[in-house]
Amino acid sequence: MAKNIVKQDEDIKKKSNFEITIRLFKYMKPYKFKVFIVILLMIFVMACNIANPYLLKTAIDKYIAGDDLKGLLKIGIFMVGINLIAMFASRIRIKSMASISNNILLTIRHELYSHIQKLSFQFFDSRPVGKILARVIGDINSLQELFTNSVTSFIPELLTLICVTIVMFSMNYKLALSAIVILPFLALSMFFIETVSRKRWQVFRTKRSSVNAFTHEEFSGIRVVQSFTFEEKKSKAFVELVKEMMGAFMKAVKLGDLFWPLIEFSSGIGIVLVYWYSVKLIDKGNITVGTLVAFTSYIGMFWRPIMNISNFYNSLITNFAAAERVFEILDTKPDIVSIHDAVKMPRIKGNVEFKNVTFSYEDGGVVLDDVSFKVNSGETIALVGPTGAGKTTIVNLISRFYDAQRGEVLIDGKNVKDVDIESLRSQMGIMLQDTFLFSTTIMENIRYGKLDASDEEVIAAAKAVGAHEFIMKLENGYHTEVNERGSRLSVGQRQLISFARALLSNPRILILDEATSNIDTFTERIVQRGIKKLLYGRTSFVIAHRLSTIRDADRIMVVDGGKIIEEGTHDELLRCKGLYYDLYMTQYRFLSEGA
Amino acid sequence: MKRVLIKYVSKYKIYVIIPFTAMLLSIALDMFNPYLSKIMVDRVIRGKEKELLVMVLLGIGGISITRSILGYINEYLFDYLSSLVSIDLKRDLFRHIQSLPFKYFDGMNTGELMSRIGEDVDNVWRNVSFGTRIFIENCIYFITASIILFKINYRLALISLVTMPFIAYFALMLEKKIDKAYEKISDQAAILNTTAQENIAGVRLVKAFARERHEILKFLEMNKTSYKLNMEQARIIANHFPVMEFLSNISIIIVISVGGMLVIGERLSLGTLVEFNGYMWMLIWPMRMLGWITNVMAQSSASAKKIFNIMDLEPEIKNSENAVKLKEIKGQINFEDVSFKYNDEYVLKNINIEAKPGQTIAIMGTTGSGKTSLVSLIGRFYDVSDGKVLFDGVDIRDMDLKQLRENIAYVSQDTFLFSETIEENVRIGNIDASLDEIYEACKKACAHDFIEEFEDGYKTIIGERGIGLSGGQKQRISIARAILKNAKVLILDDATSALDTETEYQLLKNLYHGDKKITTFIIAHRISAVKNADEIIFLENGRIVERGNHDTLLKKKGKYYEVYCEQFKDFEEFNRQVI
Repeated sequence: MAKNIVKQDEDIKKKSNFEITIRLFKYMKPYKFKVFIVILLMIFVMACNIANPYLLKTAIDKYIAGDDLKGLLKIGIFMVGINLIAMFASRIRIKSMASISNNILLTIRHELYSHIQKLSFQFFDSRPVGKILARVIGDINSLQELFTNSVTSFIPELLTLICVTIVMFSMNYKLALSAIVILPFLALSMFFIETVSRKRWQVFRTKRSSVNAFTHEEFSGIRVVQSFTFEEKKSKAFVELVKEMMGAFMKAVKLGDLFWPLIEFSSGIGIVLVYWYSVKLIDKGNITVGTLVAFTSYIGMFWRPIMNISNFYNSLITNFAAAERVFEILDTKPDIVSIHDAVKMPRIKGNVEFKNVTFSYEDGGVVLDDVSFKVNSGETIALVGPTGAGKTTIVNLISRFYDAQRGEVLIDGKNVKDVDIESLRSQMGIMLQDTFLFSTTIMENIRYGKLDASDEEVIAAAKAVGAHEFIMKLENGYHTEVNERGSRLSVGQRQLISFARALLSNPRILILDEATSNIDTFTERIVQRGIKKLLYGRTSFVIAHRLSTIRDADRIMVVDGGKIIEEGTHDELLRCKGLYYDLYMTQYRFLSEGA
Repeated sequence: MKRVLIKYVSKYKIYVIIPFTAMLLSIALDMFNPYLSKIMVDRVIRGKEKELLVMVLLGIGGISITRSILGYINEYLFDYLSSLVSIDLKRDLFRHIQSLPFKYFDGMNTGELMSRIGEDVDNVWRNVSFGTRIFIENCIYFITASIILFKINYRLALISLVTMPFIAYFALMLEKKIDKAYEKISDQAAILNTTAQENIAGVRLVKAFARERHEILKFLEMNKTSYKLNMEQARIIANHFPVMEFLSNISIIIVISVGGMLVIGERLSLGTLVEFNGYMWMLIWPMRMLGWITNVMAQSSASAKKIFNIMDLEPEIKNSENAVKLKEIKGQINFEDVSFKYNDEYVLKNINIEAKPGQTIAIMGTTGSGKTSLVSLIGRFYDVSDGKVLFDGVDIRDMDLKQLRENIAYVSQDTFLFSETIEENVRIGNIDASLDEIYEACKKACAHDFIEEFEDGYKTIIGERGIGLSGGQKQRISIARAILKNAKVLILDDATSALDTETEYQLLKNLYHGDKKITTFIIAHRISAVKNADEIIFLENGRIVERGNHDTLLKKKGKYYEVYCEQFKDFEEFNRQVI
């Protein structure tokens, strides 16, 4: 039934580094100009930093050694000057860079979120909420680091590296060569680390997402956990998962932590080589002491960018895993979309027809088997049958939450697959089995049915379904916050609110799926009156167990085993003494049976 | 932040001491580098003492190898320490949240809690490993470098420290401002989490109303706020970091200028200045890092605050100091003059109920009349405001909470199933139950047949919250779970509403005719479900307005009778027609 459960790790397809890099950098495209400015500023700041030791060298070699106090002061003031400019440059740089990277983050998050909205029920059926959340929040947050670092460290550091290398080579190419002879060794080790630790980071992210899903489920099911005194066991399971996650982390950093020591090591070796070689060169009188001092400074400057680049590379590897997970969702093609040249559904009259519809959920058995029926505009249809018979599936197909594998669902003669989904659903009022309210006020929850409804309209809708009275009794009336999923209210009250919400949307086709099961008989009487008014002239489908709710329907369809086995009015069905008769009679059986 | 360090880090002293020692050693070794450079310049190159070359080179090479090994130990162990701390912190937070009463969860969003145990703990974790390490390292560098500098030339050293107070001032300002920024960011992260969580959990509703665009816009708003806050943080950093960097660069310029003058005045050797210059970087670097460290610390202390805000909440409902543990459980429940206030408003008033062991009490009433509140008092999910609830004659507030809840099986009107197999979901009722006992419970709950019909039977994996199952199926599984618990008291809070009448009738019959008599509280709307109860209680606005059994209530011709007529009127009509 479910593809992935909380405890089970997700399976992420690996993409090539190149592919991900290109894709990530595409997000930077709109900020080309800004990036360019940032890089220019960075180069300037870097240049100052590079100039500092050079100027110091000049100061020592030329002015201090030459006893030139005036020159020394001049150079000192000059240095203060450029550092001051560098300060302002880096101020602008930080701000612009933050704006670029935060903008990109906003874009990606928005894109991912918008994309998720397009995906069909099937996607959500198969994934715990916590795991989807982990991608929208956690994984995207990790990308921030990547973008900030990419521009602020990678590109400028690369430039510094190139500059320093050029300077070093122009100063003395032999010394320069001796300083970088160790680089191939370093590159090779990095490559090895990357290959292995990339996989490990993905394991870590996957585990992390499982932890997220676990906490989500735990906190939303806390009432069950507490009433079954299951706290200890859940804690243990949680700690187990966290330990697994941390274990994965430790495994990843075992290699990742090698980065800095390796560079430390390489730079040490580089300096040894330079010293050793320079002593020989000085002997031959090829270089001056000042050159050597400057050169050793440059070696430091040479390794710093390498360190930063590898650091960037390290975070790239760490966060590639996050990028992969984000892209995986972005690459999931929504399977229920409006076709390319979808027409807007005109105002629905309300003729609904099923033509040989067969449906089964992914990797599940057949739920609807060759179902055909026709409903005329304005009719009220009650769907009756044992649980799991396929009633909900029928109404889900009308609103195109799923697509039928075979057959056609037609509304006013138009195949639902050919019309624009939004134009279709916005004309339907659907009350789901699982009543869902947002954690906001009652007013806002009802208004969800018609976003531009006035307060008066909202209250009118609530009155029509008999919710007004209880709402007014709450401490803040319509402005009472209902908490997550409406937990502040009883299920019956939630159903009334969602009923008002459906009513407010003034739908052409109304679908009530177990909409009143938790409402008491008195309130239901009021609701029934509301429904009658509401149903007048509209096609509607009602699923209910309470037969008193459905006996007024124009037609009753009895669904069993994925087929419609009986059809007719209440009286007709009672007369033919089939399944409906049985269902109806059991309701009263206890009267004769006693208990 | 301090609390994290004291409480959580002190537990793992060894993982602090080893990497700390490695760090010290590594830094100590690093101190030799400028010295070796000095020898290199002054003696090997200028003094032409060739024999020293190999020694010096071996020294530099050896130091760098040892330092990289020490560096690895240091980094790895600090990571290890931080992961231990984070496990502990997550565990404690999780345990604590679990111990909080329903009331807390009524007003708290899952998304926010997730944000606390997720992002906020991670922030602290990052700080412990990275921030602390860098902080200590820089402190040591700073202190040793200044000692050495003072030894080389105290006047130069004093000059090099001249910008220090200014840097410290900026660091302080930074800390003050950015701390607030991070708190806001952390709150916004929780809002973002909550919004996304709610949207994804309620995706079916969103789609039913074709409100995708509205939801996207709503999220975009939050997203933009989060953008603004992040920009605010960046602005603060931009206003402080570069200044601090500038000041640290200035100090080196001052040193070289002044030092240069001294050399020119022949009061200092050129070599000393070069050496001094080398150590200067060790001094400058920590100064530059100060801003960065402040930043990380502020971020994690904002998160730590949020975490400890939760940790500091005392669970309102907990064991009393000398909680009674009953030896034998009979299952008698009494309500004595119970009143219950929620948000300062009376939900229940003067309730008196006596349920003898094995009796069934049915509760009816309009939506919002207080039915659920009444039954949730039994398991002490909320505490009464007045009067008392007695379990076998003992005030439940004096009872051991665990024992109380272990002896009550509560099926709420919100069915909640975990995304595990059906078998595991039922097993929550009793971990040690055999497969046969599970089947037995499911048979009683009328769930066995439909479960067997699934391809994987009891091994069928249920989607989160039971997605993929119909409302009736979910209810039956959660009832089976409660039955398996084999508690003396069973509470069915409108837990059969989505069942068809036949199934409901069968299920209740199975319950009432079980071999063991259990005290049952049932909330239902159908006469068929309550008819056989020993007492039927009719609630209205939190007060009992009618009570009695089926027959007496029918005779009374009150509210119950009215419900009865409503539900059966056409049946009687039908009977008249047929018979």
